[in-house]
Amino acid sequence: MPAMREFFHRRGKFRPQAADDGADHQIPEDLWVKCPSCGDLLYSKELDHNAHVCPKCGHHLRMRARQRIAHLADAGSFREWDAGLRPHDPLGFVDGTGPYAAKLEATQRKSGEPEALVSGQATIDGRPLTIAVADFDFLGASMGSVFGEKLVRAIERAGERRLPLLTVSASGGARMHEGMLSLMQMAKTVAALDRLGRAGLPHLALLTDPCYGGVTASYATVADAIVAEPGALIGFAGPRVIEQITKQKLPEGFQTAEFLIEHGMIDRICPRDELRGLLVSLVDHYTRGNRRPEPPDERPAAALTAVLVGAGAGAAG
Amino acid sequence: MTETAASPTAWERVKLARHPERPHALDYLAELTTDFVELHGDRAFGDDRALVGGLACLDGRTVMVLGHQKGENTKENIARNFGMARPEGYRKAERLLRQAEKFGFPVVTLIDTPGAEPGIGSEERGQATAIAESLLRMAGLAVPSVAVVIGEGGSGGALAIGVADRVLMLENAVYAVASPEACAAILWKDAARAPEAAETMRITAAELHRFGVIDEVVPEPAPAHEQPKAAIRATGDALRRHLGALLAAYPPDDPAAVERLRDARYAKFRRIGSWRDAGEVRLGLPSQNGSGSATG
Repeated sequence: MPAMREFFHRRGKFRPQAADDGADHQIPEDLWVKCPSCGDLLYSKELDHNAHVCPKCGHHLRMRARQRIAHLADAGSFREWDAGLRPHDPLGFVDGTGPYAAKLEATQRKSGEPEALVSGQATIDGRPLTIAVADFDFLGASMGSVFGEKLVRAIERAGERRLPLLTVSASGGARMHEGMLSLMQMAKTVAALDRLGRAGLPHLALLTDPCYGGVTASYATVADAIVAEPGALIGFAGPRVIEQITKQKLPEGFQTAEFLIEHGMIDRICPRDELRGLLVSLVDHYTRGNRRPEPPDERPAAALTAVLVGAGAGAAG
Repeated sequence: MTETAASPTAWERVKLARHPERPHALDYLAELTTDFVELHGDRAFGDDRALVGGLACLDGRTVMVLGHQKGENTKENIARNFGMARPEGYRKAERLLRQAEKFGFPVVTLIDTPGAEPGIGSEERGQATAIAESLLRMAGLAVPSVAVVIGEGGSGGALAIGVADRVLMLENAVYAVASPEACAAILWKDAARAPEAAETMRITAAELHRFGVIDEVVPEPAPAHEQPKAAIRATGDALRRHLGALLAAYPPDDPAAVERLRDARYAKFRRIGSWRDAGEVRLGLPSQNGSGSATG
């Protein structure tokens, strides 16, 4: 989604150098990747081995959802949920480039994913947890109905199975093509997290580059611990919008993870190669909490399932 | 609500919703409530005049009211930042929601904002987090709540005080994931295409009722800027009816009602969305009886 990419183009010291010099097109995409920060040409195999961190400058390149899961989870431990949920076009949305339905098909072909969120259960160093990861390559990981529904199902299962929840976010915000149904996913996901919190289960949020709008302003920031990757751009309004509206020059490093930690908005910045260790520590601490787990299946499950099935939203467990 | 051929277009409704003479939140409070005592400040940084809140009497009962407030003229609009709240506004809202829980006051919110303020200071002070925390507080609120979109429902800044047990919307109000201008600028690369964007985004009350996003459309006998009292009275009628049903079903002094209330609210928002599952299309539909499900 070029518009979304452009929207979040890096500025200041993170500006990609000579991004459009034409030479890019000569590079076989599979073999070489240009670091968006230092501009160095990186051998993609080497980059894979280095968890997509530039070995020259340490810049954290964006990761696809499945790459992220492979990096964080124990090998072979990931079991995906709700892979059959597919987005469609409830509004009959048509924009300047054509119908949303066509855009979805093209995006699915290009990205190899049916939607912008991959969810499931996995272990990290043997600790089981629920994991939901946004894929920025799918329409800027914008949150629409399927994103929200998959995330809510994952949160509910975390509650049922008494597992910690890890969300990994990168997003342009709510998906405009699904209109208000997208905006309401903010309410829906946060409401599910409210219940998870009441059940005494932890939500760990990892914010990665870039993370904006309706995702930052909903589930991603109501977490017990918020961790960001170095240099990640995180905010509510996009930098270009702010610049246009306020006519002010944005300060150096504005909306970077470093800016956020300085302003008290996140708990930690963690380099990618230390993430697993940090997550293990957090999971261990939170699961050692003194709060006794509520006995399962006493009150809410039955009552709520009745309400949900009545509404036609019964979810498979 | 059925739309007739004479219905205004989505873009015309955007203009109606933004009409400078359309009644604003404080006009509703002046007409519908007595003894309004505004409470100020977020106890951390400042007071946001774009989002007002406080205690008011509605039919002899104290309710906690929250509302975006646009100005009546340019000077007031500048003071009120055109109804675009900053993090302090959402933190004040969150504070007053907690207070409503403490005293068992039902909550009434009036939504009318172009959106949360985009700005350097707002980012520095955590606009996204402030909105998210307000969403969370509303989602788990221990007292009944009714939200009314009275004018512009602008994106996350509107939803921040919109996660209520009943969401009502005036006939000429709009509620959108982004402003039509912003949507057009991004997806058409031309803000001038906003009228087309407004149409395809489905932002009108009647459409959002069909999609199950809102529970009831409040009729405007005439556009609210032409007959403000009629629109406010119609809003008052709907508000009383829904609040009455909620209070009967979930009395704030009954501890057992709290969990049922939270469950019902969760179920309401839980079902919103539309997707295909194994080839079948599923659209979150409004509850069978949109206005009468208070006992559910």
